[in-house]
Amino acid sequence: MIALPSSAHRLPQPGPLPNDLQLTADGRLRHLLTVEGLSRKLVTEILDNAESFANMNEKAVKKVPLLRGKTVVNLFFEASTRTRTTFELAAKRLSADVLNINVSTSSAVKGESLLDTLRNLEAMNVDMFVVRHQDSGAAHFMARHTQPGISVLNAGDGRHAHPTQALLDMFTIRRCKGDFTRLKVAIVGDILHSRVARSQIHALNILQAGEVRVVAPRSLLPAQVEDLGVHVFHDLKQGLRDVDVVMMLRLQRERMEHAHLPSEHEYFQLFGLTQRRLLLAKPDCLVMHPGPANRGVEIDSAVADGAQSVILQQVTFGIAVRMAVMSMTIGVQGT
Amino acid sequence: MSILIENARVIDPASGFDAVAPICIQGAEILTLGTIPEGFEPRRRIDATGRWLFPGAIDLSAHLREPGEEHKATVASEALAAAHGGITTLVMPPDTQPPIDSPAEVELISRRAEQACGIRVLTMGALTRGLLGEQLAELAALKRAGVVAASNAHQPLSSPLVLRRALEYAATFDLLVAVSAQDAALAGSGCVHEGTVSTRLGLPGVPEAAETAALGVILALVEQTRARVHINRLSTARGAEMVAKARADGLPVSADVAAHQLFLTEMDVADFNPLCHVNPPLRTQRDREGLRRAVARGEISAICSDHQPHESDSKLGPFAATRPGISALETLLPLTLRLAEEGLLPLSEALARITTGPAGILGVGSGRLSPGAAADFVLFDPHGLTEIDPQTWLSAGANTPFFGWTFSGSVTETWVAGRPVWTAPPEASARPEEFA
Repeated sequence: MIALPSSAHRLPQPGPLPNDLQLTADGRLRHLLTVEGLSRKLVTEILDNAESFANMNEKAVKKVPLLRGKTVVNLFFEASTRTRTTFELAAKRLSADVLNINVSTSSAVKGESLLDTLRNLEAMNVDMFVVRHQDSGAAHFMARHTQPGISVLNAGDGRHAHPTQALLDMFTIRRCKGDFTRLKVAIVGDILHSRVARSQIHALNILQAGEVRVVAPRSLLPAQVEDLGVHVFHDLKQGLRDVDVVMMLRLQRERMEHAHLPSEHEYFQLFGLTQRRLLLAKPDCLVMHPGPANRGVEIDSAVADGAQSVILQQVTFGIAVRMAVMSMTIGVQGT
Repeated sequence: MSILIENARVIDPASGFDAVAPICIQGAEILTLGTIPEGFEPRRRIDATGRWLFPGAIDLSAHLREPGEEHKATVASEALAAAHGGITTLVMPPDTQPPIDSPAEVELISRRAEQACGIRVLTMGALTRGLLGEQLAELAALKRAGVVAASNAHQPLSSPLVLRRALEYAATFDLLVAVSAQDAALAGSGCVHEGTVSTRLGLPGVPEAAETAALGVILALVEQTRARVHINRLSTARGAEMVAKARADGLPVSADVAAHQLFLTEMDVADFNPLCHVNPPLRTQRDREGLRRAVARGEISAICSDHQPHESDSKLGPFAATRPGISALETLLPLTLRLAEEGLLPLSEALARITTGPAGILGVGSGRLSPGAAADFVLFDPHGLTEIDPQTWLSAGANTPFFGWTFSGSVTETWVAGRPVWTAPPEASARPEEFA
């Protein structure tokens, strides 16, 4: 007699493709996991919604009741100040109750699995997870396993995606430049390890930017990066020539330990953004950085604080963009 | 017991025999193939009209998880799954807990195998003590205890010098050394092929060079020592070319490939599917075609399952945090036959890659239907269907990306040493269309 396996030993099936996961059948945003695959129409809709929140954020009373009675959980497995606080502010300005959980000092240390953490928080009847995790695909995993009606917003997963960052960058560019189709945009720095760069590249291509460039030494570029739809430059001067926007990336110190680079000094000499180098770009070129900037490593202070820098606007607009995404995804049901 | 099986299409890749013919079994052995000896009085006659009979598969790499990880699988559970999949002999790599690095573990596993459904379970011994890659394990003692090869499983050796010494020492006793060709430093924390998909998903990648660089070292040492080496689980087209060239140059090397590498590519990972998290990783379309070519030409002479059953928790997490491996005993034969169906190679050649191919690598006499050989064979219904379905799956590990796949033909009986060890439940073989 052969014992048939019980259904308990069956694995959850791998589930649908990312876009099926984050969109409902009628194309509404249910989770925000990645920018990849979103339509131009949907990205434009997010940016348009953010526009109205941005105007509201400049008013004396900065609160609307769109998420009143809803609970948003900021679930951060990695340290973050900017992203977590802007998500928190966004939720609060939408009148949600916000719970901040910093898991690096919490139960993950005690060996609780991500799924258990998710299940426990679900049991508290929350409505939305904002998750940052060191593993690529963590937000997809949560979205795949969470209960219907709970939204998952990816606040950065490993090297994979940081969609709200890319959307706030697009918002900033659109405010300053308008049309994307004429724009040449250079993304400079550690593309290999950057979830921000990956999401920016997708967003720029969706919005049909004229040209997307990546500028980095070969040791900081991922394999076959051109497949993402970018032109590759290894020389900053060439890469900056005639660009309308330069987006700098943060260089993590541990890159020196794993032989990606010899030193911060040499990196700054070759790839650091200085006033003189910025002259190669268009005169009205925007300088952007997702923060926190390493001054003197990837960007000179004079540039970071200069007239062309929109680094602080990025932070401001981050709140509006996150409010837009939260208001669009909350409570969206269906498959 | 004497048995006569009549009217089956008997396919014996070793001799090239392929005809509807009788086959006589005496005790645990094949007595004759194609003829019935005068005066042979079978105690039992089996009419296998419409069915195929071919040697049972020999799987060069199946992790059974016992001892140490019985929550994933046991020798008994996986032996039954193997029999269900038409496998009659499987070879366990030594990375159990504790590792198979002394005769005690070898004996433990053979005792467990005796208590299981009856298929043959062979073991590879650890090449180094505790698989730590530093000191050699007692290879002569392991060989005496019955291991068919020595291997360090997925664990790296601390230096090429250790590999050189291990090859020389093992060759002293004519013990086969099986190695994985993956440079641990180049592979790093990689969990997918380094290429378009790793870039898109932001997952750390294992470059092709992790395999080719390791192969370069291995092949250079084979040339130096002239020791016999088997390479487990090739994953790149370039690696397959290197092995083919080495074989053409007369080096004593052989290689296998996991069946899933011949069907899946990095693209199957594309939605962070943890069931496609496997090591070595699924590579590109180009690699898949290159590996298939090498299989068709016989440069890769064996297809293995690389069976790695897991409990469901091991696959529940973000991709990189899940454990690599596919539960694959029950898909080895269907996937191999699919290669013939797709026209990559003739049926008999496809079967050779899971019978005579691995038997030749191990130097065992099974995998053939010649008189005197072990009566290890499969009765197969070519008109049946094999649905890869959790309901009929027998492995304790349900981690397969092939659920939902359907294959033509189905195993109806698996025999080892002249005894049936698995028989399809009646509902599976008595489908209405057969009687229509």
